[in-house]
This record gives sequence, C-alpha cells and structure tokens, in this order.
Amino acid sequence: MSTGTTKLDVVVSDVVPVNELVTRFHFRRRDGELLPTFSGGAHVVVEMRDGGRTRLNPYSLMGSPLDTREYTISVRRDDAGRGGSLFMHRSVKPGLEMVISYPVNLFSLDLRAKKHLMLAGGIGITPFMAQTAQLAAEGGNFELHYTCRTATLGTYADVLRERYDRRVRLYHDDRDERIELDRLLSSQPLGTHLYVCGPSGMIDWVRDHAASLGWPAETVHFEHFAAPQPGAPFDVTLALSGKTIRVGEQQSLLEAIEAAGVDPPYLCRGGVCGQCETNVISHDGKFIHNDHWLSEEEHRSCGKIMPCVSRFEGRSLVLER
Amino acid sequence: MAAKSIISRPVYGTLSPQPGKHHLFVADAEGALAISDLAAKAPTGFFGDAHIIFIPGADGKHVAALEALNPAQFYQGPSFASALPRLKQTLANAHMGLRLYLAGTEGLIGQAMQAALEAGIDHTSIQTEHRGSLARRVQCVHCKGITENVTTQPATCSHCGLLLLVRDHYSRRLAAFQGVCINAEDRSEIPPTEEIYR
Repeated sequence: MSTGTTKLDVVVSDVVPVNELVTRFHFRRRDGELLPTFSGGAHVVVEMRDGGRTRLNPYSLMGSPLDTREYTISVRRDDAGRGGSLFMHRSVKPGLEMVISYPVNLFSLDLRAKKHLMLAGGIGITPFMAQTAQLAAEGGNFELHYTCRTATLGTYADVLRERYDRRVRLYHDDRDERIELDRLLSSQPLGTHLYVCGPSGMIDWVRDHAASLGWPAETVHFEHFAAPQPGAPFDVTLALSGKTIRVGEQQSLLEAIEAAGVDPPYLCRGGVCGQCETNVISHDGKFIHNDHWLSEEEHRSCGKIMPCVSRFEGRSLVLER
Repeated sequence: MAAKSIISRPVYGTLSPQPGKHHLFVADAEGALAISDLAAKAPTGFFGDAHIIFIPGADGKHVAALEALNPAQFYQGPSFASALPRLKQTLANAHMGLRLYLAGTEGLIGQAMQAALEAGIDHTSIQTEHRGSLARRVQCVHCKGITENVTTQPATCSHCGLLLLVRDHYSRRLAAFQGVCINAEDRSEIPPTEEIYR
C-alpha cells in the first residue's frame, strides 16, 4: 500500500456526457456511507482494470467539498493518450464497481489570501469547480478567468456563469479572446494568491509573468495535469527486488514496476509530488524527464528519475527499487 | 547577527533587489546602511518605484544618504508608532507587485512584518536585514503587556513588575519575544542582571 493511498470501494452512480470530449463520472461508496471529507483542489487516483492491465490515473474532484455523498470527476477523452481516458469513456457505466484512492490535495487554496485569482485552461477547470464551491460557501473573495477553445468545448462555463455571474470571465480561442495577463496581474490587491491549472505552456506563461511582475513564489499555485506520455518500450533492472522488467509503449515506468509486484510509494502520478522519486544505480542511454519535481541540475546529473511520468531510451537502466 | 536557537527565533538575511513594480522599504537607524548596500546592487531606476519609510532615531543620521537615492517617496518620522498609520495605509492601497524590505532593529522588523502579515503578505516573501541594536520587544506572558527596548537578562516587566526571563521564543503575530517569570517559586531570589541585548 502506498503512502496516503488508502483505497475506497465505490460504485459508479452516474455517467453524464458533458460535451463531445468530456464525460462526468459520479462515484458513491458501496457501503452507502459518506465519502471522506476533501478540500477544493484535491484529486483521487482511479484504478482502471482494463483486461489484464491496470491503469492508475489521477483526476481532480470537481464536486462541492460540502457534499460528500458522492465524488465527481470529469474526464477529457484523449484519443492519442495511453488509453485511460478512452477506457473511462467506453467501458465505465453506471453500476460498475471501481476502486479509487482517498483524496489527496496537492493544489489547495491558501486560505490566508485576501483574494483568490484563478486561471483555468481547458479541462484544467475541474479543480476550480470544487475550489469555487468551497469559497462561495464561506463568502470567499475569488475571480475565475477561464480560457477554452470554443464555447461548445467550454466545459462547465455555463454552470460557472450561472453560479457566480461576473466573478467568472470567459475567453474563447476561436474568437481570439486572450487574457490581458500583465494588466490582470498588476491590478490585483495586495494579499491575492494566484492559482493556475491548464496546459503546461499556459502554466509556464503565467508563472513567468507573475514572477517578473513581483508575485512572490509563495503566492503562485499551479497544477499540471499532464498524464504520462507513451514512448518506445525499454528494459529496466530493479536492483533491490532482483527483477528485470519491460516498460511497454503505453505503460509508465511506475505502472511497469507495479505490474512486476513491486510497490513504490506514490501520490500524484503526475510528476509533481515527489513521492515516487527513485535513485538510478547505473545507466547507458538517455533519460526523458517529464516531471516538475526534480531540479534541472538533478535531471542533468542522471542520478534520479520520477517513474510516474519519465522514460528512458538506451541500452541499460538499473534502478534502486 | 541573530543565531537560530529554537524554531520560532527569527533569522534575517541580506536585502537584495527583487523583481517587482513597487518597492517599499521600512528601516530604522543603521537599517539605512542595508538600503545603501542594496542600492549598490540594484538596477538603474530601481528607486524610481520605491517608497522609503525611515525612523532615524536619536542620533538622526543617514537621512541624507537615503534621500540621495531619489526614491519616489521618502518619509521620516520620530518613531515606529508615528510611521505605522502611513505604513498601513500604503499596504491597504497596494497591489500585487509591491515588494517589502525591512531593515534595522528586530523591533522595527517585527512590527512592520506584523502590519504586512495583516495585509496578506507571507513572511517568507519579505526581505529582512538586521542592523544595529539587539534590543528586544518582550511580551510578559503573565500580564500580556509589551515592554520595548529590553536589553537585559532578566528584565523587569514595565506593566506588572515581574522579573522576566527573556526567551528566544518569538511570536510573529505579536512581534515580540516571550518573557516568563524567572523567580515564580521564590520572589526574593533575584538572579544577577546582565546587559546582553545591546
């Protein structure tokens, strides 16, 4: 059992198509009890038993933290991904029994803030669904700027406008609407915290601007929702467990280690929390680091790898696992 | 230089120019020298967006050196208390992009930080540099009164008169070190007084 990943036995209570790419899934506990309390920004790891293979994908909880009768997640179909979202869209139906982790929050609100400024891109809207519900219930001061490709792909844009009216500002790529970032960031009252969730290009853009405009790092919160990237298969020797494994094209290194019966710690499965950090004993080849945890220096020195998102190309890799 | 003894005991750094749109300095006495040292490292035009709130203290030195930096705003006042309304007003009207720099005595740094915390600035994003006196602001944990400019160990509470052991235990919320009665068992026992916080 991994750190912080106590499991919950749930049943799918509803499956709701939201638009052509996004479907919402509702989970309730099989024993009928309330689910554990969570805070806005938390995610759960959903176990997907797809024939012989198990995928473990993290999804933000998007329901109100005030209602723990059910958890809801929204999954964007990724036709080029590793198959997790396709499995959710095709195979998960109401009544299916599934296993999910307890919620973990790596993107929590700093409730000392005088104001919360939220920037969402695409499906990055999901953690803000829960955070805005949490803040609205306690009279919190927030403002949400949400960029989507088109109005029809603006997942929950209508719901958010209905709930929060002018506290939500929408930007549509197809109408060339862009956030005026410098002006937005420069006009915020002292004590504002900034939250950004979306594609990594957007996160980098916002973080760079915020830093150069004098936003201290403590006030800038971000969550990458990048899934592990597929890649060429490679072989790995796990020195401590004495096993040699093959990482498949559509498999992450972490998943391959788990499939071999070794159980490393993990939390986010998205390269940000640091739990699955693994020492490299020796290597002959090139690392493909996709994480946001290790420093550039650590990436260059090839002494560590984050197996949840990173891969390897070359002749041999020996890990301390 | 303040050494780390227990976790709450503040430690201070060296002021350095931060990226930002406005720069607010609060300093007393020799804290002005920390601002001068920062100015030597700052990019051209840095003080064009700066506001300096300075409490020169009894000897009234360093005012000319700070004025020579040509800050957008310069204020000098006779005490921290006299400068506090201006500091609070500045923070209340400020936007993100304002950076705060505190330099001088621990009492000045602590009280300015207290105002900044209330305005929503995280203490870790404030630049601080200790210069000058080691005198402490001490809260008597018994009567809750605060005694300023404590230089001795033990020290007498200026409110209730108890003899206090001045601890390194510090409260950011109160901007004060904690003073605990040193002879609670037997008041006739008076340990020798040393001047250690000059």
